[in-house]
Amino acid sequence: MPIEEGKEFRPKIVAFCCNWCSYAGADLAGSSRLSYPAEVKIIRVPCSCRVNPMFILRAFEKGADGVILCGCHPGDCHYSTGNYYTRRRMALLFSMLDYLGVEKGRTRVEWVSAAEGAKFSATMNEFVKEIASLGRNVRLGDLRCRN
Amino acid sequence: MQRIGVFVCHCGSNIAATVDVKKVAELLRVEPGVVHSEDYPYMCSEAGQSKIAEAIREKNLTGIVVCSCSPRMHEATFRKTAERAGLNPYMVEIANIREQCSWIHKDKEEATKKAVILGRAAVAKVNLDTPLKPGESLVTKRALVIGGGIAGIQTALDIADAGYEVDLVEKTPSIGGRMAQLDKTFPTLDCSACILTPKMVDAAAHEKITLYTYSEVEKVSGFVGNFTVEIRKKARSVDMSKCTGCGLCQEKCPSRKAPSEFNRGLNTRSAIYTPFAQAIPNVPVIDREHCIKFKTGKCGVCAKVCQAGAIDYEQKDEIITRKYGAIVVATGFDMIRLDAYDEYDYSQSPDVITSLELERIMNAAGPTQGHLERLSDGKAPKEIVFVQCVGSRCADRRGKSYCSKICCMYTAKHAMLIRDKYPDVKVTVFYIDVRTPGKNFDEFYRRAVEEYGVNYIKGQVGKVIPRPDGKLMVQGSDLLDNRQVLIEADMVVLAAAIEPDPSVREIATMLTASIDTNNFLTEAHPKLRPVESPTAGIFLSGVCQGPKDIPETVSQAGAAAIKAVGLLAKDRLLTNPCTAAADELLCNGCSSCENVCPYGAIQYVEKVVNDHGIRESRRVAQVNGALCQGCGACTVACPSGAMDLQGFSNRQIIAEVDAVCR
Amino acid sequence: MQELIRRGKELLLEGTVKRILGWKAGDLPYNPEPAFFETEEELKDFIYNGFCGANLSKYMIEAARMEGKTLVFLKPCDTYSFNQLLKEHRVEREKAYIIGVGCRGKLDIEKIRSQGIQGILGIEGAEGDSEGEILKIRTLYGDRTCSYSSAMLERCHVCRGKEHRIYDEKIGESADTRDRDRFGEVEKLEAMSPEERFAFFKEELGKCIRCNACRNVCPACSCRKCVFDGNQFDSAQKANADAFEEKMFHIIRAFHVAGRCTDCGECSRVCPQGIPLHLFNRKFILDINRFYGEYQAGEDIEKPCPLTDYAPEDIEPGEAAERG
Repeated sequence: MPIEEGKEFRPKIVAFCCNWCSYAGADLAGSSRLSYPAEVKIIRVPCSCRVNPMFILRAFEKGADGVILCGCHPGDCHYSTGNYYTRRRMALLFSMLDYLGVEKGRTRVEWVSAAEGAKFSATMNEFVKEIASLGRNVRLGDLRCRN
Repeated sequence: MQRIGVFVCHCGSNIAATVDVKKVAELLRVEPGVVHSEDYPYMCSEAGQSKIAEAIREKNLTGIVVCSCSPRMHEATFRKTAERAGLNPYMVEIANIREQCSWIHKDKEEATKKAVILGRAAVAKVNLDTPLKPGESLVTKRALVIGGGIAGIQTALDIADAGYEVDLVEKTPSIGGRMAQLDKTFPTLDCSACILTPKMVDAAAHEKITLYTYSEVEKVSGFVGNFTVEIRKKARSVDMSKCTGCGLCQEKCPSRKAPSEFNRGLNTRSAIYTPFAQAIPNVPVIDREHCIKFKTGKCGVCAKVCQAGAIDYEQKDEIITRKYGAIVVATGFDMIRLDAYDEYDYSQSPDVITSLELERIMNAAGPTQGHLERLSDGKAPKEIVFVQCVGSRCADRRGKSYCSKICCMYTAKHAMLIRDKYPDVKVTVFYIDVRTPGKNFDEFYRRAVEEYGVNYIKGQVGKVIPRPDGKLMVQGSDLLDNRQVLIEADMVVLAAAIEPDPSVREIATMLTASIDTNNFLTEAHPKLRPVESPTAGIFLSGVCQGPKDIPETVSQAGAAAIKAVGLLAKDRLLTNPCTAAADELLCNGCSSCENVCPYGAIQYVEKVVNDHGIRESRRVAQVNGALCQGCGACTVACPSGAMDLQGFSNRQIIAEVDAVCR
Repeated sequence: MQELIRRGKELLLEGTVKRILGWKAGDLPYNPEPAFFETEEELKDFIYNGFCGANLSKYMIEAARMEGKTLVFLKPCDTYSFNQLLKEHRVEREKAYIIGVGCRGKLDIEKIRSQGIQGILGIEGAEGDSEGEILKIRTLYGDRTCSYSSAMLERCHVCRGKEHRIYDEKIGESADTRDRDRFGEVEKLEAMSPEERFAFFKEELGKCIRCNACRNVCPACSCRKCVFDGNQFDSAQKANADAFEEKMFHIIRAFHVAGRCTDCGECSRVCPQGIPLHLFNRKFILDINRFYGEYQAGEDIEKPCPLTDYAPEDIEPGEAAERG
């Protein structure tokens, strides 16, 4: 589903997906033919807890407009506790980005199980829409330059 | 610099219809490190794999990228291909251009563009891949089966018959499960207990099977081949080694007020009890909540009458810690609670019952000794209405979206049995659809309609209204005749939806086995690996995986057993080499990684290191590769970047990020 | 000060400690610097006054590798850092002889200058043990005065109390200096619109020259090798290739010390560009307190760090951004 035909801006979205739940959820979305925009590019990680804040900032540095992190539902982590750490790390990181004046909507954590293909697709559709409405990521790339 | 080969799969038309595979191969050819690029209709086929192997040999490839379906599908296949061609299997990366591209995008140009980007990310990753070597771990040759219903019993028997030790854990005082509660089974109408109890006896008598009844799994750690499980053996208050099972204690117990779980609360039982006559083990337990001795300190009748001196009021819960190579989950099901279905008057009217309650009423050992009678006044019903799909195929939040699968058939069974035994009773069934796929199933249902004159009405029941005279007014609609129906019934039987036993949630969490939105355990692959959990070493048996009837449960139980046996038959397993590793020169010794490791795989040692000519003793992290499962939690906890994950290294992920953002 | 020197000499001579970690006079009256003293002779340069803000605990990492015990003087706030380092196995308790020194707030030369006092030649009343409420400042343009409190470091106004968390003995009296809400500044920023916050941080971070003073002074930033000096994340320090890098540096630096930062305020104290770097750390501290319950790094060494801990009912990141 291309977003808003004819419009210039097509956001770049990086989606980190844990191998056990969310990546499988994305596969299910695929085999169920539940479409979501091609702007979303998935990077497979073993667990959401593998995602270093450095990766997220790097994505923004290299021009991503939105970064979404998907993992197993809390309590269902393949590694028992990985997503619990993810939750704390990202709660703090996202709050910090918001504090720096970066739009809240640009970062997101979503728990998607292997059975939730529909949720995966819906989440991506919605996220792309939100990022499209926020426009290009200027602030994270521009925080240092003085006027 | 790597020498990378790129192989783009058409997957027939699955990929090629939406992705210009030639263009993908062409554009990826110019990526850094790529020395070979080709496309082929089916890369996973024998011929496709040969092409890969050939290219690896001929072009001395050091790494390959396969642009194909999900790595969850064929990563293992292509790794084996690489290995056969002499390439380290971990020098293979998959770009998922089917599930994540061709299947979800319609625009060919857009899909092609995305496929190229996904390919680039994979190339970027392979460029930083290093050959990895799996380690080995030993397999504990013992299986644990959780749940002692027909699924668990069958699995345990099959594993034991293959020559391996099995522990069967059941939370209630006896094995047998739901099947023990059933009166007859469809479509043969044999007596459920008659076919189940021999299996129960076999399980108890089998030299390789250890039963832990009245026990629950409390803690699970470890990994495939090497699970460590703590089992809580709840205090039975009866010494199993002394009890002779004479039953005198149950007879003499003055406390009679506890609702009988086995009879679905339709009658009561003594405080010291076995759930049913054929219980295995035939050793009662004291329900401490209802026991007068435990409540007031006075009584002790059971201890007095027990000639074997088996009663032990002081008995405590016992924790048993055991190692297992494989775990089979067979936790079964229960019926959903019907509190939210007020329109059927279930909570208020004793004559509105569930099908499982009807099973108990029809059973000779049940609360009415097998006589079909109303629980309110003991009168024989003249008109019975069955309501199908109560909470199944339900769009709203009260029920379940799925079909419970067994209700159509057991309702036909009930209707037929009632008409057979009580020909003057009128039986009406309200249904949405009658689903009878299965051997001799439709014939069975046809008999109910044609030979036994059961009145099937296509339509839903809107309301059940109790009348002061005890009649139940059933308001429903007949969709085929397009009319409202009002039936004066004496009894209403609800085919309530079945759901996984509530205990499965906690068990799944302990096992880190994934579970779907309905709490059914997820299979490793819905079609090709239906009895395995995605978590290695965990197998699924029976309804915990999805609704099924007895024959299906038994076959799946056998399938789970053979999968478990396949694992136990191995002496060693190769461990995942994608484990964490610490760079001792960067390690601060701060313990952050150790604190987040769920496997206790990180240890700190004092070690003399040579840091650019400076030799000193430092406290550094060391990862035990046999224990590490490769989650990567430690890599982010480590502030200095000393901890990295092989196969998903920081630089590799950064390279992928760069590639997709390019 | 004399008492500290006397006791130091005593411990040195009796052989209890091999060296003393303290402060020595700098080339200007207001810039004493941390120093090791190994002989009685060297101690003549020892100084302890209102400008001895430097937190000495980080130097104890180095001392842990030296032979024998080191006597270290720690102000109340410095003991939190020492404890945190102890928890992270970076310092050794047996290698340290800790004298908790009294503190009545430390001074910030910039605060004096910002009052229009220029050409400073000497300052009276800054001695650690003096009771003076007024600073007498000799300048090229004559004598000036200002109140001690008005010249105090920002961190002293939000002091967490003058209780030493770890020590072998204590010398000197402390005075409570807290007169502001520790999180007042952070909350003020939070109350602004995202645009205003963005403008604020853009201005502040724009001043950064990546001199790494903050990193070098920070007791939590004690990695043997910083990730920004390594190549694991392709983030090796170099001439900043793009505008993003400072931001990345400061966010990641704050993140790496989150749950470990004791809020000692050294980063802001040493920043030559005057960037209020503590606002990053304090935001994390405030969020940790809000989301996971009050936590003070370095208070004790048993409590798990909030980032290596969890609770099943923790707040969701989406919610956190709303509340934070």
